[in-house]
Amino acid sequence: MLNDIEKYRYSRHLLLDEVGAHGQEKLKAAKVLVVGAGGLGCPVLQYLTAAGVGTIGIIDFDKVDETNLQRQILFTMNDVGINKAIAAKVRLEQLNPYTDINSIDQKLTTENALELFSQYDIVVDGTDNFSTRYLVNDACVLANKPLVYGAIYKFEGQVSVFNYNNGPSYRCLFPEAPEAGSVPNCSEIGVIGVLPGIIGTQQANEVIKIILEIGKPLSGKLLTYDALNATQLIVNLTRNEKQVKIAQQIDLKTYDYDYFCGIKKDDTMNEISVQELKNLLEKEDLQIIDVRESHEMPKVEALKALNIPLQTIPQNMGKIAKDKKVIIHCQHGVRSMHAIDFLQQNGFDNLYNLTGGIVMWEN
Amino acid sequence: MTLELKYLGMIAEAVGKQEEQLTISVKTVEGLCDYLITEHEQLKNHKFKIAVNHKLVESNFLLNNNDEVALLPPFAGG
Repeated sequence: MLNDIEKYRYSRHLLLDEVGAHGQEKLKAAKVLVVGAGGLGCPVLQYLTAAGVGTIGIIDFDKVDETNLQRQILFTMNDVGINKAIAAKVRLEQLNPYTDINSIDQKLTTENALELFSQYDIVVDGTDNFSTRYLVNDACVLANKPLVYGAIYKFEGQVSVFNYNNGPSYRCLFPEAPEAGSVPNCSEIGVIGVLPGIIGTQQANEVIKIILEIGKPLSGKLLTYDALNATQLIVNLTRNEKQVKIAQQIDLKTYDYDYFCGIKKDDTMNEISVQELKNLLEKEDLQIIDVRESHEMPKVEALKALNIPLQTIPQNMGKIAKDKKVIIHCQHGVRSMHAIDFLQQNGFDNLYNLTGGIVMWEN
Repeated sequence: MTLELKYLGMIAEAVGKQEEQLTISVKTVEGLCDYLITEHEQLKNHKFKIAVNHKLVESNFLLNNNDEVALLPPFAGG
C-alpha cells in the first residue's frame, strides 16, 4: 500500500487512468535489474527510480571516468574514480527514498548471471559489448525473464523487448556475433551524448509498460532511431525456435562468450566451419569425433561421429586417427576446443575444431 | 526491378550513403547482397540482417518491385 507521502509524490501517475493507485502499487512491487550503469543505464535508472519502481538492481564493475560525464547524466565530477553501481545508488537514493537500490560492483559473468537474474522480474540491457549482450540474452532465456534491449552507435540506436510472452530473443535477431573488433563501441568511435538519453528513456518506457501491462511492448519489433534525421524504422521480428533452443540448452558453466564472440582465438588451433566441413566430407575420408555426453542432441547422422565425451578423452586417445584429418565437435565449439588443446599436447597435429559446434549444422 | 534501400549504422558508412533507389535484376535477398558486396567491398567485413517492407527475412526471400529493403547491423554501444 502507498502511504500519504507516496500518494502525493506520485500524484501525476495517480491521475492517469492507465496507472492510478493500483498501477503505482504494481510499480512499487516490481523488481528490475539494470545491467550496466553507462549511457543507457543512467536514464533507465533515473526514470525507473523516479517512477517508483520498488526494487532496482544495478550491476557494473566499471568506474566513473571524466569522459563518461558527456552522456552518463547520473554522475558528477565528485563521482570520478568511484564504481558506477555504487555512485548511481547514492544519487538514486537522493532522488527517491521509497526505492530499494541494490548495487553490485562486479562484472556480470556466467557464474553470477542466473542467480542474480532470478531475483528480478525484468532485466534491462545497458551493456557495451557483444559477449555480455549474448550472456544477458541467454541468461534471460534460461531464467525466463523479459529483456528490455537497447544498443547505440554514433547517432543511431536500437530498442526491443526480448523473451516476453514467447516472443523472439536477441539471438532470433542476430544469431551470430559479429567478427571481433568489427563493431566498435562508444569509447572507440564516439557517440552523441543525447542519443543514449533517447534510447535509454525508451527502454525505461518499455519497462514501465510491461510492469503496468499497458500499451504494446516492443516485443517482436526492433525499433531503430536515427538522431541525425529524426527518423525511426520499426521492423517486425519473429521467434526462431532453433535460436531460442540454442539459448535454452546452453550450460552457462561451460559456455565461453568471449570465444563465441571471437575475442579469444587460439592461433595454434585449426578451425573448420560447418560449410567447409560439408564440402570436405564430399572430398575426403575424415574422422569425426563428438565430445559431448552421449545423450546430447542434436545428432547429425550423416557425420557418423564417434562419441568420446570430453572427460573420457585421456583413456580413449588410441581411438583417434593420426593418418587423416580429424574433426572434433561439441554443442557450441568450446568443449571441443579443450579436447583439441589436450590432444595437441599429446602429439596430435591433424585436428580441426568445428566452429560454433554442431548447433550450426542446420543454420 | 526497383528497390528502395536503407542502410543503417556502419553499413551506411561502408556504402557511403544512407539510402538509395536501385534498379537491378535479382531474385532473392541473397542475390541483392552478392551484388552489394561486389559494389562495396567493405560490406563483406560486416554482419547484418535484412528487413524487407519492415519485416526481418532470410536470404532466400523473393524480392518484388518497389520493395523497401533495410540493412540492419548489430550495435555494440551502451
